[in-house]
Amino acid sequence: MSAADITPDETRRPFAWRRVRLGDLVLQGIAGAAAAAAVVLVGLITWKLIEGAWPSVTKFGLHFLIRTAWNPVIGKEVFGAASFLFGTAITSLIALALAAPLAIGVALFLTELAPRVLRAPVTALVETLAAIPSVVIGLWGIYVLGPILRDDVEPGLHSALGFIPLFGPPSSSGSSIFTAIVVLTIMILPIVASITRELFLGVPREQKEGALALGTTRWEMVRGVMFPYARGGIAAALILGLGRAVGEAIAVTQVIGGGVFIHWNLFDTGDTLASKIAASYQGAATNLEVASLVYLALILLVFSLLANLSAQWVVRRVGRRQGIGLRRGGAG
Amino acid sequence: MMEEPNVSITIDPTVRVETRRQPIPPKERLERIFRIEDVDALYSGKAALKGVTLDVYKNLVTAIIGPSGCGKSTFIRCLNRMNDLIPGFTQTGTIRYHGQDICAADVDPVAVRRHIGMVFQRPNPFPKSIYDNVAWGLKVLGMKDGIDDRVERALTQAALWDEVKDRLKASALSLSGGQQQRLCIARAIAVKPDVVLMDEPASALDPIATQAIEQLMNDLKSEYTFVIVTHNMQQAARVADMTAFFSISRGDEGQRFGELIEYDATEKIFTAPSDRKTEDYVTGRFG
Amino acid sequence: MSSHNLTQAVLRAEGLPRRRATNRLMEALAWLAAAVAVGLLVLVVWSVARRGWSELNLDLITKTPTSGFLATGKQGLANAFAGTLVIVLVATLMALPTGVLVAVYLNEFAPPAIRNAVSVTLDVLNGIPAIVIGIFVYGLFVLGHGQSALAGAFALAVIMLPLVARSTMEVLALVPSSLREASLALGVPRWRTTLSVVLPQTVGGIVTGTTLAVARAAGETAPLLFTSSIVGTNVHWNPHHALQSIPVAIFELSESPDPQDHARAWAAALVLLLFILFASLGARWLATRSRRKLAASR
Repeated sequence: MSAADITPDETRRPFAWRRVRLGDLVLQGIAGAAAAAAVVLVGLITWKLIEGAWPSVTKFGLHFLIRTAWNPVIGKEVFGAASFLFGTAITSLIALALAAPLAIGVALFLTELAPRVLRAPVTALVETLAAIPSVVIGLWGIYVLGPILRDDVEPGLHSALGFIPLFGPPSSSGSSIFTAIVVLTIMILPIVASITRELFLGVPREQKEGALALGTTRWEMVRGVMFPYARGGIAAALILGLGRAVGEAIAVTQVIGGGVFIHWNLFDTGDTLASKIAASYQGAATNLEVASLVYLALILLVFSLLANLSAQWVVRRVGRRQGIGLRRGGAG
Repeated sequence: MMEEPNVSITIDPTVRVETRRQPIPPKERLERIFRIEDVDALYSGKAALKGVTLDVYKNLVTAIIGPSGCGKSTFIRCLNRMNDLIPGFTQTGTIRYHGQDICAADVDPVAVRRHIGMVFQRPNPFPKSIYDNVAWGLKVLGMKDGIDDRVERALTQAALWDEVKDRLKASALSLSGGQQQRLCIARAIAVKPDVVLMDEPASALDPIATQAIEQLMNDLKSEYTFVIVTHNMQQAARVADMTAFFSISRGDEGQRFGELIEYDATEKIFTAPSDRKTEDYVTGRFG
Repeated sequence: MSSHNLTQAVLRAEGLPRRRATNRLMEALAWLAAAVAVGLLVLVVWSVARRGWSELNLDLITKTPTSGFLATGKQGLANAFAGTLVIVLVATLMALPTGVLVAVYLNEFAPPAIRNAVSVTLDVLNGIPAIVIGIFVYGLFVLGHGQSALAGAFALAVIMLPLVARSTMEVLALVPSSLREASLALGVPRWRTTLSVVLPQTVGGIVTGTTLAVARAAGETAPLLFTSSIVGTNVHWNPHHALQSIPVAIFELSESPDPQDHARAWAAALVLLLFILFASLGARWLATRSRRKLAASR
């Protein structure tokens, strides 16, 4: 750092000295401006959303969050986010519950069990799953997954477990909350798996050997040494995965079917915050409806900020040992 | 008959060693624990050890000495199948433990390690509390009855109990290096192994901590059998009953591998070694 | 303790068979999880390939959606391909220099407190859902002015920025400080050192990061829904107009009742998938190569 302050003899070459300093200032200025722009951007996003949602915020206040309604008919306009909050919660949480053990299993496989020769290829394959665009997964969800679920899986689950309200009568189209859950599981699986894998790779070899040398089985070693070691990072990975699921708009809107109600039957249609916004892209009827859609986006923004910051906090607190940055994130 | 070699073993006068070396019982009364026959150890096809044959006896401290790279750690890790964890590792020959070949295909390494424990070069306590470090193995291996007593006994045997008895719930990582290593020893002996392998256990520790560990070995060898790898000849001279000297040999094609050169009572290795190479090493002429 | 032999009787008494069984069960579950993950990938790619392949022909790229009322010939998505090209190009032009500059600032100039704060901000930006970004840009540029490819490109650039910045930062950090110090000790000014000495070392990493960001941006639908979706069927190149894009086209076709539309959606999805896979794997391969080179030169 101090080397930059080496200045040639200013009396001998006064103009050269000025040029040197100017170049430094210019570069630092431009680069600093870029960095400032990034920060300003986040603030701008927040402000713009609040501004756009303002008519709806002032009209409905926080009641918006608990009202189940979406009526754009002029004169009787009333909007509420409750059904979408419910849809978001039920799809994302169940998808996370399904994806988490799968992802941890994949990570364990890749770090402990896979034959050397399989490790790199399978890792690449799992990461490739993350690269598939949402619209393609949505397309697949409509015409491949949907029919399978509608014709085989949902009736099967309904007849076997129909006494549970979650598994009510199957839908007639392939679109349902259940399809959305499966799609979301596929989308968050690679993120959680990839972060967990790096966490497992970071467990020091001498810790693992110390456990195995006692005469424990590999699973006992994983449970006693690797999981505690990776615990914080896995929590962060799960939070990130949840954030991803909550923010996913396209694939979900393609397969979830739409609807403004709260019901427990997973095989029925519904909507999430993100999918409702995406579904309305062709235009909202009134300004208030537009503002309400932006209100939904604002809720999404708040949630994603909370999720991201808490994941970073968890990593900072617990994951100091591992050098895992939160490179993977982002929602589609 | 060799002429008396000019051997001088300097013992650091600042470290007072209280070991009272008992004379080794005659061969007939020694019980053999390991019969190692013609073992070759290879990493990805390259030999690290060749033709190792020796017997390890119960309730003795056996030291493995030799220059770096001679395969001492490889050898000791063969005894509890820890080399299985290294990809590309293969082994020929037999290692009989109480008569059973532990390298046979149908032997579960988990079972082997249950009876043959290991303490590593750098202390590696789990990031758990002091109590949990010792108790975890006991719980997992199903030795839950009277667990508190077992933990106390292990910590006492490892000469650590007095120092930690008031803070068993504290993190193990808050202990000093020497204490951590003793904790690892406690952890290993809590599950009541038959043999305890030590891979340079004191090389990362200061002389006081080293002395504590050497004393430990001496006190406990009536209950356990110790095999210790050490690069410190004086340590071997202090603690070991039997000493095995390994060295690096060259093959026909110029490849290097480790070989057992001489194995005998420590007294003899250090005062009247039979092999020229042993003599060179223990007198400090090389290595 | 009684004889320490490894016989079955002794081990059974210690519960080893049960523990072994649990271990085997867990290993089997892990294998199963991996099989499911790989299987899902194969399933999706296979579906797209199978359904898209038959529809894949040059017409897709050369013909527009309504190409002549009289002709019953194949329709295409030429407008979408052209639009994606323009939008992604413009987005890259916006995001690449900005991202590199941010990374340069954070790595070369910023005091730790600022580096931390901006780093956190980048991560936060990365985590904002794409649909929210779309709404944001809608409010910023579209409201009152109409849609445009520029607005869409800006939305994509916002998504690409943290990716480019982060990968550039990683590769900047790999450049040994001795290199910088040697240059500065010669009297070379800071800015020159950064531009002529440090940055050239990072070109590989920047290319990799940008390629991955481009692959991500090319597949994004949500940001374009509100900024560049009301489009005509003809091929346009003017970024001031709203242009069709491949992801939005797939999105619209997927919801259409016409099976012909579905066929074109699959074909477009196949092209998109191939491009993204090619770009991602290529970038990853480049990354390992350049990382090896940097590591070897240290």
